[in-house]
Amino acid sequence: MRQRHEEFRGKLNAMITTCRKAILSSICLAILVGSAFAQGELRFCLRSEPKTFDPLKVEDDASAAIRYLTGGVLIRMNRQTQALEPELAQSWKVSKDGRQITFKLRSSISFSDGTPFSAEDVAYTMQQLWDPSLHSATGDAFRSGPGNLEVKTISPIQISVTFPAPVAGLDRQFDQVAILSAHSPKKEMAVLGPFMVADYKPGATVLLKRNPNYWKSDAQGHKLPCLDSIRLDIQPNRDVEMLRFKRGEIDLINSLDSEYFDKLAATSPQLVRDAGASLDSEQMWFNEVAKAPLPAYKKNWFRSANFRRAISEAINRADLARVVFRGHAQPAFGPVSPANKFWFNAKLKPEAYSSDAALKALQSEGFRLENGALKDKDGNEVVFSIITNSGNKYRERMATMIQEDLQKIGIHVNVVTLDFPSLIERMTQTFDYEAILLGLTNVGLDPSEQMNVWLSSSDNHQWNPSEKTPETAWEAEIDKLMREQASSADANKRKQSFDRVQEIAVEQMPFIYLVNRNALSAVAANLQGASPVIVVPQTYWNVERLTIPGAR
Amino acid sequence: MKLWRAFACVVLLLVVGVSLAANWLAPAGYAKQYRESPGAPPSHEHLLGTDDIGRDRFARVLYGTRISLLLAPAAALLSTLMAAIVGGLAGYLGGAWARGAMAITDLFLSLPWLFLLITVRAVMPLNVSPLFSVLVTFLMLGLLGWTSTARVLCSNATSLRNSDFVRQARASGVRGSRLFWIHVLPNLKPVLYAQFWISIPAFVLSEANLGILGLGVAEPMPSWGSLLKELEGLVSVGEEPWKFVPLVLLVVVVTSFQLVLSKHDEAAA
Repeated sequence: MRQRHEEFRGKLNAMITTCRKAILSSICLAILVGSAFAQGELRFCLRSEPKTFDPLKVEDDASAAIRYLTGGVLIRMNRQTQALEPELAQSWKVSKDGRQITFKLRSSISFSDGTPFSAEDVAYTMQQLWDPSLHSATGDAFRSGPGNLEVKTISPIQISVTFPAPVAGLDRQFDQVAILSAHSPKKEMAVLGPFMVADYKPGATVLLKRNPNYWKSDAQGHKLPCLDSIRLDIQPNRDVEMLRFKRGEIDLINSLDSEYFDKLAATSPQLVRDAGASLDSEQMWFNEVAKAPLPAYKKNWFRSANFRRAISEAINRADLARVVFRGHAQPAFGPVSPANKFWFNAKLKPEAYSSDAALKALQSEGFRLENGALKDKDGNEVVFSIITNSGNKYRERMATMIQEDLQKIGIHVNVVTLDFPSLIERMTQTFDYEAILLGLTNVGLDPSEQMNVWLSSSDNHQWNPSEKTPETAWEAEIDKLMREQASSADANKRKQSFDRVQEIAVEQMPFIYLVNRNALSAVAANLQGASPVIVVPQTYWNVERLTIPGAR
Repeated sequence: MKLWRAFACVVLLLVVGVSLAANWLAPAGYAKQYRESPGAPPSHEHLLGTDDIGRDRFARVLYGTRISLLLAPAAALLSTLMAAIVGGLAGYLGGAWARGAMAITDLFLSLPWLFLLITVRAVMPLNVSPLFSVLVTFLMLGLLGWTSTARVLCSNATSLRNSDFVRQARASGVRGSRLFWIHVLPNLKPVLYAQFWISIPAFVLSEANLGILGLGVAEPMPSWGSLLKELEGLVSVGEEPWKFVPLVLLVVVVTSFQLVLSKHDEAAA
């Protein structure tokens, strides 16, 4: 019996020793793999599944990120200086009428699969982009009038593209056009950008590998990009993204929440970056739709510019920025964020918060304060609701703070949170709402990207959509100015027109702009070369020059 | 057990008393925003700190307790009563009645109540007072929350109907409603109590979730549900432990209620 016990103990010891060895070897292997990992693989999260790898069909953020990392473009906007820089095009020239652009291309460049790049590829890409059956959002940006596209290949390195009508900011639009190969059997998977798609596991990861044929080199003559690969994990949950960053499993987070930013800053201030006011704005507006199912007296309030201005004056924007966004936002006062260096109208001055001045302005319009409640000249108590989308704690908090601000001048506000589809239905179909608080995400800098908001005939002209003819003189003036700037090739003339649009927007207050959120991000300590900016893609705009020590 | 019951009674009285004294204990009210100190930790001025927009958490807990303590049990009572009527009668009557009642119950169970609530919110006017929104919320919870309880009660009532003492009562000439009220319903009491107490925390949490649909208690009015929403995104318990006060209060109150009423359960058993 004892012998059996000893035999058993001996076997057990042998098994334990084997297990220990196995564990030890696994740890060593993991360390080796880990160190290989650290040699130039950038890891971060995509917040949704990319819907396409075809750069011409991109509509969602995840696909746009992959296009930015893999696509080669003729002209690139430097995200830091906001100026245009030559990429695959050595130089370019836009005609005076804004219809034609002529490119001189770089020579001796190849796609990732080795297929040579020439003007033929640019012609092929533009023709694909113009095909209406493709339903390309990128292509739609060039479609400013009816007619056909004319592409003329002057030489293998020279090409001109003529559009049927002037295109506003024509050269800037090419920042989004990734060139496809006309001859490669790999079609859109043959790329000219710094990385190429190597593997895709739906719902899990997209693996990008370094493009061996990428044309750029650094100042020392080293071939770019510095990184070997990029692993994009598909992770919609922001809490998980944050935890993974803290554990060192990912290297960066874009568009960080101000709450998470502060939490991370409290423990590791060196990992967070606040690039200042972004292009995004939070705003509220009143329902000015004539056929809206609202009482006539409320329609009169909402359609009065003085009423809207008084409400705007009674909102403490500095408090919204400081309390709701913990100081990571700037009070907004116009349709363009000051972060948009060229298009922002610097003559506009921020509106001072004053509930007394707001009350006086309302009193001059016939409103009166009775027992703490504001009433209009017909004795109707000023009560209205502000809807915002439920689940967005920042907007819910802003609405609650506005509720208290307006209470000071006797206005009773009901805050209503609705699920997004119900809100959109009220906003676009039934018009059964009084005021809405929502945000606007601006990806591009050019005002032509805001045409759908400012033109009175547009569906997205939120305060009064799809007007057959402009219902007010100032809306007619905005229409005229927006069309003028869109059809001009002269940047200064365009700026003059858009400056006036901004002035009208501030005078009439169809949107009461509240804050511009800051562009917040987190960058791992081992990631070098990252200098986050306000323009998408914020943190990795200079991806080809990002390094993780030991990458070379 | 008696000592525990007495202790639970004291706790409940204390919670109810303190919540009723909210006007004196927190005179500034639940809506005042101390914008200079948002998200502040507990201090002399703010015993439980302030929320993200600077409202005194202690005041909000007191006023929220008042609302939730009154309305969650009211909704639980409504749903339990409906379940008792539908499930108890169906089980007692049996046959086609039971099949019909259970078919209706199944129909209600199969309804996507989330969409139903979204529809209710969509048809509700926007300019309603926060108090009205509270009443509608708990009424909806009460009206929709009876189905699973009704199924449990139906099966219990069926077994009671076939039990010896009910048969004996029937043989002795007891009939109709008297048989139901005297012999069947009292024996369903333990199940009813259990279902009632289970419903209260469930309704409090449902109210918190309904906030996401815009059907919960409207701002700036507090409720336990809206206070529990503050725990979203909390990474660790030790981070801001004072935020757990509404949760602790919910557990303490529900446990105390169960302890106090366990005497009735024992008697009923």
